[in-house]
Amino acid sequence: MATIKIPPVLRSSVGGEKEVEASGSDVRDVLRDLASQHPETESQLFSEDGELNRYVNVYLNDEDVRVLDGLDTSVSDGDTVVILPAMAGGSR
Amino acid sequence: MASGAELIRKIKEQIEEVDPKEVHDLQANGNGNGNGRGPVIVDVREQHEFEASHLPGAVHVPRGHLESRIEGAVGSDRSKRVILYCASGQRSALAAHTLQELLGYEDVASMRGGITLWKDRGYDVEVPRALTPEQRERYSRHLLVPEVGLEGQMKLLDAKVLLLGAGGLGSPAALYLAAAGVGTLGIVDNDVVDLSNLQRQVAHSNDRIGVPKVDSAEISIHEINPDVKVEKYPVRLGADNIMEIAEGYDVIVDGLDNFPTRYLLNDASVRLQIPVVSASILGFEGQLSVFHPYEGPCYRCLYPTPPPAELAPSCGAAGVLGVLPGVMGLLQSVEVIKLVTGAGDTMAGRLLLYDALGTTFTELKVRRDPDCPICSRDPSEISDEEMGVFPDYEAFCAGAG
Repeated sequence: MATIKIPPVLRSSVGGEKEVEASGSDVRDVLRDLASQHPETESQLFSEDGELNRYVNVYLNDEDVRVLDGLDTSVSDGDTVVILPAMAGGSR
Repeated sequence: MASGAELIRKIKEQIEEVDPKEVHDLQANGNGNGNGRGPVIVDVREQHEFEASHLPGAVHVPRGHLESRIEGAVGSDRSKRVILYCASGQRSALAAHTLQELLGYEDVASMRGGITLWKDRGYDVEVPRALTPEQRERYSRHLLVPEVGLEGQMKLLDAKVLLLGAGGLGSPAALYLAAAGVGTLGIVDNDVVDLSNLQRQVAHSNDRIGVPKVDSAEISIHEINPDVKVEKYPVRLGADNIMEIAEGYDVIVDGLDNFPTRYLLNDASVRLQIPVVSASILGFEGQLSVFHPYEGPCYRCLYPTPPPAELAPSCGAAGVLGVLPGVMGLLQSVEVIKLVTGAGDTMAGRLLLYDALGTTFTELKVRRDPDCPICSRDPSEISDEEMGVFPDYEAFCAGAG
C-alpha cells in the first residue's frame, strides 16, 4: 500500500481526507485505485486519453515522476505519492 | 639617547622609500593591488584614518597589529614586493623597518610623504562606505551574525527588492524587509485597503481603510525604518508594464493572486534574469519556492500549465487562515535576504509545502525542464508576444471570467 497525499482542492472529492491509502505496483495503478475508490478524482487526474492531466504534478516521495518513469514509475510498499496542482492564491 | 626624529631619520636611511608617482604609475598599469606580480599596498594607519579615505586597492594593517596581521594581508612569501604608507611617511618607514629587519620581508618600501603627498599630487583616493552610528545601532544584531555582518548589511542597504502585491504575503515581507534594511522596496498594487484585508494584511491599519495599499504600506515601512526608499506602482501588473517596472530590481517577491500574471512574471523574470521568491496560499496550506533564472528551474518548469478555473480557487473565494500568509511571507523574506547576502542555501530547485493544520512541512524536488518553452532558451530569444501565454490561455481566462 502507498499513501497518497491529497491537495486541498481535491479533498472534497475524497470525503475531506488529506491522505488516502491505495495499492498498485506503479504510479498509474495507484492513481487508478484512488480513482476507483473516489470516482470524482478521475477526471481531475486523468485526461480522456488516460494520461495524467498536464496541470497535475505527481511526486513519488520527493521526486517528480516526470523525471522518473512517469506513470510507469514503480511504487513500493510505504511509498508516498504526492498530488500537486498549482496554487496561485496570494495578495488579495 | 636619540630623539624620535633622529631615530626616524636613521631608519629611513636603512629602508627604501618610493615616491607617490611610482605607486600611482603601478596602479595605472593595473599592478598595484597585489594581484599577479604587482606589489601589495598596505595602509598602516589607524582604523578611523583608513575609513576616511585610502589609496585605491590598499589593504589595511594598522601598525599596532603589523607583526600579527601582515601575513594575513600579504601572504607568507617573503620575496613579495610590499609598499607601505601612512599619513606622512613616518609610521610607514618604521613599519617597513620592522618588516625588513624583524620579519624577513625582502622587498619592502615606504611611500614618501604618505597619503598627504599622494593627495597633494591630485591622485584619486577611495572613500570606503561605512555605517552611520545610527545604522550601527539599528542593525547591530545583524552585524553580530557572521553570515550577515557588515558586508551583508551593506548588500541589503544596496538591494532593490520588488514586492508584487501589498496584501497577505506582501505585507509581512514589506515590514520585515524594511526592518532588515533593504535599501529600496518597490511595491506594485492597484488596490485600496478594505476592512476584510485587515484579518491578515498587517502593513495596513484600521484608519487607512480606503487608502491605496501602496501609500498605506509606505507609511508602515517608514514607521519601522525611515531609511528605506519606497517606489510605488499603483497599477495592475500587465504585459504592457512588467518589463519596465521589474528592470533594475535584484529580487522579486511574488505574492500574486492569479495564474496569468504568475506566468507573465515568470517570463519577464527569465528575460531580465531576476530571481523570484514565490509563495502561494490557500486555506491552511502554503507553497514556497525560489525561481532563479538559468541557475534553477522556472515557474513553467514546475507548472507547465495552470489548472482549470474550478481547480484554482482564489483566497477571496475560498478563504485563508489570516496567519498563514504571515508565515509564508516571512519565509519569502528569509529567501530574499539569503539571495541578497549570498548566505545559506535558497529554495531554488525545491518546493516547500506547509500544512498549518497538521503542522507538517513537505519538501519536493523541482527540476529544470530541458524542454521548458521559456528558460531553455536564451533571454534575448523570448519575444514580447510569448510573454505570459500558456497553452489553454484563452479558455482559462474565459473560464475565470
